[in-house]
Amino acid sequence: MREELVESKPDTEAAATSAPVIRVENVHKTYDLGEIQVHALRGVSLAIFPGEFVAIMGASGSGKSTFMNLAGCLDRPTRGRYLLEGQDVSQLTKKELAAIRNRRIGFVFQGFNLLPRTSALENVELPLVYSGIPHRQRVERSMEALRTVGLAGREEHHPAQLSGGQQQRVAIARALVNNPSILLADEPTGNLDSRTSVEIMEIFQRLNEERNLTILLVTHEADIAQYAKRTVTFRDGKVRHDVLIEGRLIAAQVLPTLASVDEDDEADASDGAEAQA
Amino acid sequence: MDFMAVLRVAMRALARNKMRTALTMLGIIIGVGAVICTVAIGEGASNQVQEQIRNLGDNIVFISAGSVTQGGVHMGSQATKTLTVGDAEAIRQQVPLVSKLSPGVGSQVQVVYKNQNWYTRVRGVGPDYMDIRRWPVSEGSLFGQHEVAAASNVCLIGKTVVENTFGDEDPVGKTMRVQNLPFLVIGVLQSKGQSPFGFDEDDTLIMPYTTVQKKISGIDWLNFIMCSAVSNDAIAPAEQQMAALLRERHHLRPDEDDDFIVRSPSDLAQAQAQAGRIMTLLLASIASVSLLVGGIGIMNIMLVSVTERTREIGVRMAVGATEEDVQMQFLSEALVLSLLGGTAGVMLGVAGSMAVSSMLRWPTLIPPEAIGVAVLFSAGVGVFFGYYPARKAAHLDPIEALRYE
Repeated sequence: MREELVESKPDTEAAATSAPVIRVENVHKTYDLGEIQVHALRGVSLAIFPGEFVAIMGASGSGKSTFMNLAGCLDRPTRGRYLLEGQDVSQLTKKELAAIRNRRIGFVFQGFNLLPRTSALENVELPLVYSGIPHRQRVERSMEALRTVGLAGREEHHPAQLSGGQQQRVAIARALVNNPSILLADEPTGNLDSRTSVEIMEIFQRLNEERNLTILLVTHEADIAQYAKRTVTFRDGKVRHDVLIEGRLIAAQVLPTLASVDEDDEADASDGAEAQA
Repeated sequence: MDFMAVLRVAMRALARNKMRTALTMLGIIIGVGAVICTVAIGEGASNQVQEQIRNLGDNIVFISAGSVTQGGVHMGSQATKTLTVGDAEAIRQQVPLVSKLSPGVGSQVQVVYKNQNWYTRVRGVGPDYMDIRRWPVSEGSLFGQHEVAAASNVCLIGKTVVENTFGDEDPVGKTMRVQNLPFLVIGVLQSKGQSPFGFDEDDTLIMPYTTVQKKISGIDWLNFIMCSAVSNDAIAPAEQQMAALLRERHHLRPDEDDDFIVRSPSDLAQAQAQAGRIMTLLLASIASVSLLVGGIGIMNIMLVSVTERTREIGVRMAVGATEEDVQMQFLSEALVLSLLGGTAGVMLGVAGSMAVSSMLRWPTLIPPEAIGVAVLFSAGVGVFFGYYPARKAAHLDPIEALRYE
């Protein structure tokens, strides 16, 4: 019964041609809080293939955050295996995990998490700094990543001088700059208004289509989840639903229908700063 | 993460909170400044003692006639009559470590010029004496071997004696009476000031030792022999050789005490310098307590900084910073903080010792290696006190750090 739910093959085309980017097998995560043990994940098995765009949903406490932390190599499972591009990363050392996060995973957070009083360019450079890429190359690649998210010309702006949407785009550029295998986005639109949210989704869909980038998007907003191709719902530390999305929204088509509220980026800047605070 | 990037990040983090950075550095600045000042004052004093030692003469070894005890009665120093010109000649010929030598006799005399009189010391010496003592004349000339051989009535006269007898008159070429004998003043000694032992070196007459022996004291032995060793290192072996030679010449049995005393005034002065150095060390170590306090200040502020930047640490870890990277970042921040403080402290110390020099008229001297040591030491303080906060930052859990508000 459960097998059926979990193993529903999402993207038939990708599944047929390639090995999964992420394969978790019966993963458990238990937090030992002294007296009590919290079972955050109770046997999760999941496969995500290259080019998928998966929305991870679930109430708080459902285990979706724990799953994202494991998927992002920020944490290790208590039990079970996690294969990232075929490599078992469940037993790697902290240092090895740091290298994996650096080269194969891009993070986008709800609160943007840009370094304050640091230019957009330098924020984007950050992962490259830890990969030991020489300065000139860092700048070139960071400029390119900023161009991809439509922020050419704003390289020297500090986060406080950018709107919330722009800050999130800087964060996306930072996540992309090292050409990762997967992009993990944790409530990336949680701090943004609806139009800006759709703009971010437009970027995600574009990256997903053009670069075949695998994206995991954690969200509790059902309408945002509609921009993904597949939804995985967690409850009580287990995967409850795993379905392909029908009638998927295409951000590029939705955008023109939205009232252009206030597309002046400059005017938006103060809002962005507030949103971040 | 390359070194320049680490350094730039550290500098930026410190520049972000300029006031806090400055106040944190203040502890190190004061500590290093205080140490530099103390060392400068101590070295200045010790340098002055060294100067006095050099002023004393050229690697001096001083042999004086010993004290004798006859039938239980102590007869006072320089009471023996066994030290002779023959001894001096024997040393000159048989101890090659001695480069210059002068026989010497001393006495106290009454000098009279016109209606002025003065009671002073007289020293009868050989022509080399002035050279051994590095004591030139400021006016007139020295006497030579000829005057010694002839036991001439010539004398050199110290500044203090000049002031008390001749007053403003130029004494060179004048005749004064010493113990009622007429003496020709041929030179005025350059002022030497106080000796390291506290008496007025300028209150003296100097004349050929033969003249003192024959015309003033009426003796045929010597009170002392003043020698110059070929080098500072030769002083000790020269002392031993001379002692052995004199014992042999004086036919002393092995169980008999020396009837002479060999000593080197630089020993005494050296001991004095040593005492000064210990004092400096003591004061410097007290001053370095403030360095310790400064270090604790750095630790404190680094801990605050780690807490404040927990999220930043989380972000850095999420994008691939290893524990080592984070540790290095905070360690280098502490290091930059303490090194900047150390450098400013050196400047404060140099300025402070210059102020002491000019306001209190104390001689100060800053040894260049002290500056190097001070900077290195403050760097050490930074690493030592920065280590714990940096470790704390490195061991943060990235998930917790990212969630930190």
